[in-house]
This record gives sequence, structure tokens and C-alpha cells, in this order.
Amino acid sequence: MKLDFDIVVVGAGPAGLAAAYEALRLGKRVAIVDDNPRPGGQIWRQGPHTQASPPMRRMSGALETAQNATILAATRVVAAPVPQALLLESDDGTARHVSYSELILATGARERLLPCAGWTLPGVTGAGGLQALVKGGMPVRGERVVIAGTGPLLMAALATARAAGANVVAVVEQAPLASVLRFGLSLAATPSKLWQASRLTRGFAGLAYWTGSVVREVRGEGRVESVVVRRGMRDVVLECDRLAYGYGLVPNLTLALALECDIRAGAIAVDERQRTSMAHIWAAGECTGIGGAELACVEGRIAGLAASGVPIPPALVRTRERWRRFAARLDEAFALGEAAREQPANDTLLCRCEDVPIGAVAGYANWRDAKLHTRCGMGPCQGRICGAAAQVYFGWDSAPPRPPFTPARIGTLLQAAPADRARTL
Amino acid sequence: MFMRDKLSRAAHARDDAMAELNVTIDGVKVGVARYTTVAAALTMAQGIGATRVSVGGMARAPFCGMGVCQECRVTVDGRAYVLACQTVCRDGMRVETEHAPR
Repeated sequence: MKLDFDIVVVGAGPAGLAAAYEALRLGKRVAIVDDNPRPGGQIWRQGPHTQASPPMRRMSGALETAQNATILAATRVVAAPVPQALLLESDDGTARHVSYSELILATGARERLLPCAGWTLPGVTGAGGLQALVKGGMPVRGERVVIAGTGPLLMAALATARAAGANVVAVVEQAPLASVLRFGLSLAATPSKLWQASRLTRGFAGLAYWTGSVVREVRGEGRVESVVVRRGMRDVVLECDRLAYGYGLVPNLTLALALECDIRAGAIAVDERQRTSMAHIWAAGECTGIGGAELACVEGRIAGLAASGVPIPPALVRTRERWRRFAARLDEAFALGEAAREQPANDTLLCRCEDVPIGAVAGYANWRDAKLHTRCGMGPCQGRICGAAAQVYFGWDSAPPRPPFTPARIGTLLQAAPADRARTL
Repeated sequence: MFMRDKLSRAAHARDDAMAELNVTIDGVKVGVARYTTVAAALTMAQGIGATRVSVGGMARAPFCGMGVCQECRVTVDGRAYVLACQTVCRDGMRVETEHAPR
């Protein structure tokens, strides 16, 4: 199946929805692609008990009803076989070639998930991961939960877990108290975030909130039974049913790398119009740097307007600058400290797909060598989890991905073949 | 105690009322609300259980919750390698984990 659009947006989170919405209003033929069954991305994730937020309802509502918009949900980008075209595969097995005049990458971010002893036990999830699962309807009522890692996402996970009836035993933050407090005060400059933070942390009484602390080990037979938390020089054991932990976010770069877009400081490099280094390719939201939903929205709007060939209102640019300053403060306050960056014991698995321990990988010169010799990062997640961890411990950047970017059916891959051959000939 | 029982009964009644569709997980039927993910239904049926067995023989369960880690892959209606966290339950769906009793 072949489809042609003025603008294709990859990612239906805040940035992608805002970009698609602006382009749509300018009369462009727009397609928006997302691997989740429903739009919203991570922050605006909908579920059986979670309704869409008002801005999300307005934008996705417009996309659903517009004649010139196509929503490709539960659809993954498998390959970019020729310039200005993508090969897609949907959950129902449909493979599609879509071609575009302009492409907007709004691929978002994923959690930085760092290994520790026992992190593969059932009951361990990401912090945002737990939030996503709960929003998907996963029951946690009455379960004892430890939330750990770093950043404001821990507060969001706390709010979601509590609202779902979980008994949150502790929030374990790696950043020192001074940083957290400084960040809290700097929120005063950003009123809507301050409101969000106070709402998230309501009811802190009775909950252990430990700063300058990290989870060193997860214990249990067949599932989580307790976690060991390092607090300064002391180890404290907390009994729990779940550990939800994440060390901030990392931009999703797979497609940008495959399309040979320049990367700067671990994110897609963009100019003031959200244009990447490659012609006809734009990027917005957390794939261009971590900054939250508000920043993603305004970047998405700018990208949607710019890709449609329209000038950018100065007010939008000012809003973007304000949220970027907020993002910089966030980044500084929750930078990973020494304890969080400490490499776990050699027998701890680094690669969950291929069960490769970190000790087997540590001696290699770079990510490519480590992959070739140990199969680390060669499994179905294609190094998206262990690659981000290896970046923290060894400073290795990931190599450009090869298609398929995600596990795909043979029928889909066969559709990529003729196009590939056409390019070679 | 009475309060607690009454509250939990009320909660169950509400859950039942919202159970709009049925799925079967490793042979066990569960009623779920519309838009519930397969990952959520797995927990309803099995508690904190496993979805797959790793190459080294370890039990694994949903981890990233957002379609990245691939730990939650299960077989849905005979089709292998479906991500439970990114799949919404459909009425009559049959899900098998690698831990299914055979």
C-alpha cells in the first residue's frame, strides 16, 4: 500500500500532535504515525480510567475529524528505504510505504534505565514505566511500591501510584537535597510548574523521601521482595512488592540517526525553526532535548508552521525560550551524581535481551566492539536499554541503526527490498 | 472492618460494571474495561507474573511499559511477539505467556 502526504509526523505525543494540528489548520495533507494504539505519547497517555487532557482532546479531536489528516496508530517505522519515504508496519500486519514532502520527527524520549543487581526480577519497572502500566489499567492497589531514580518524573509516578491505591513506601532520589531544594525554589519563576509540583507532592506525610540515595540491589525469589538502598555510607533494606525506578530521560534517536540527521549533546540538533541538518526533515519535542510537555508543545507548533512554509510568530519563540530555561535548570538539578553512575558488580546483567553481564562488556574500546564480541545490544530492543546504560558507564555513543528499526514481519521487509534495489541500480 | 469490607465490595462492584470485555490469559478468563492493555490484564490474571523466559532461563515481566524493552512480548491469538504494553485488549482475545502451563 502506497500513500503520499505533504507532511508526515512521527510520534503522537505533545510535540507531534501540536505539529500535526498546525499543519492541518494550514490545509496540508498530514499523516501522524505512532506505535501506541492511541495518541497522547507518554505524558498524555490515555487508558481505561485516564481521560485525555483538554489540549490533547482539542488536537486529537481535530485530527480525527479532518478530511486531510490520517492517523496511523499502532504503527511502527521499520525502515527508510529511499529519500522522503518510510516503510511502516501496523499491528494488524499491514505494511505501508508513505512518502512525504516534509517529515517532522517527534519521537520523544524513553527512560534511562540503569542496571543493578536483581533488576530483571518481575515487579521491577521504570518509574515512568509504572505510570504507563497503571494508566493502561494495571492494578497496584495495596501493593508496597518503592519509587527511585531521579527527577520530577518520580513525583509524577508517586502521584499516579497513590491515586491507583498503591502503598508507596519511599521515594529515593539520587540528587542531593541542596539541588532538589534549589530546583524547588527556581520553580517560583515558572508558576504553572509550581502548581503542578505542589499538586503532585500533596500528602507527603508518612512517606520516606530520601535524597542523595540510590537503589543498589533488588532482592527476591522469582519477584521483588525487597530493595537495598544506599544512603550515604549506610545500606537500608526496604520490603516492597514493586520497584519503579528511572534515571531521567534519553531522547529517542533511532530514526534521526538512520536519516543521518546531526546529533548534538545526545539530542537531534535543530535550528530556530526546528529544522534538522537534513533537508525536508524537522524535529520537535524531547527528541531534540528533554524539557517536558509544555516545551514539546511549543516546539511542535513551531515545527508544524515552519514545515508548512509559514513564518513563526515571535510570541511562540519567546515561550519556547522560557521553557528551555526551565529545562536547563531541571537538567542541572538532577544531573546524575557519582553514586548513580557507579558501575554495578561485574555479574550484573547489562543487556536484558541477550543476558550479557556488564563485566563481559567493560573491557572493550567502544559500543560496536562490545556488541560484536558479546552480543550486548544485539537483541530485540536493539540496545535501546543497555546502550543508554553503556553511555553512562563507558561514555559510548550508539552507532547508527540498521533496518528494521524494530522487530518486523518478513512480509513487511520484502516490501522494503524492491525500493532498496531501485536505489542501488 | 465493616467500612473496609463495604468499600472493597463497592470497588469490586464498580470494577465488574466496567468489565466490558473478556480476555483469556493462559487459559484464565478475566473481565476488563475498554482500553485496558494486555500488560494490565496479565497482572489482573496472574499478579506480578512473568511474560517470557530469557535466553539464560530467567523469568521476565513488563519493564519499560512503553514499547522499548520488548520484555513483555507474548502470543496473542496465535501471533507470537506481540508487545503486551502497547496492545489494547479486544473481546475474546487469547493471550499466552512463555510461562503458560503446558
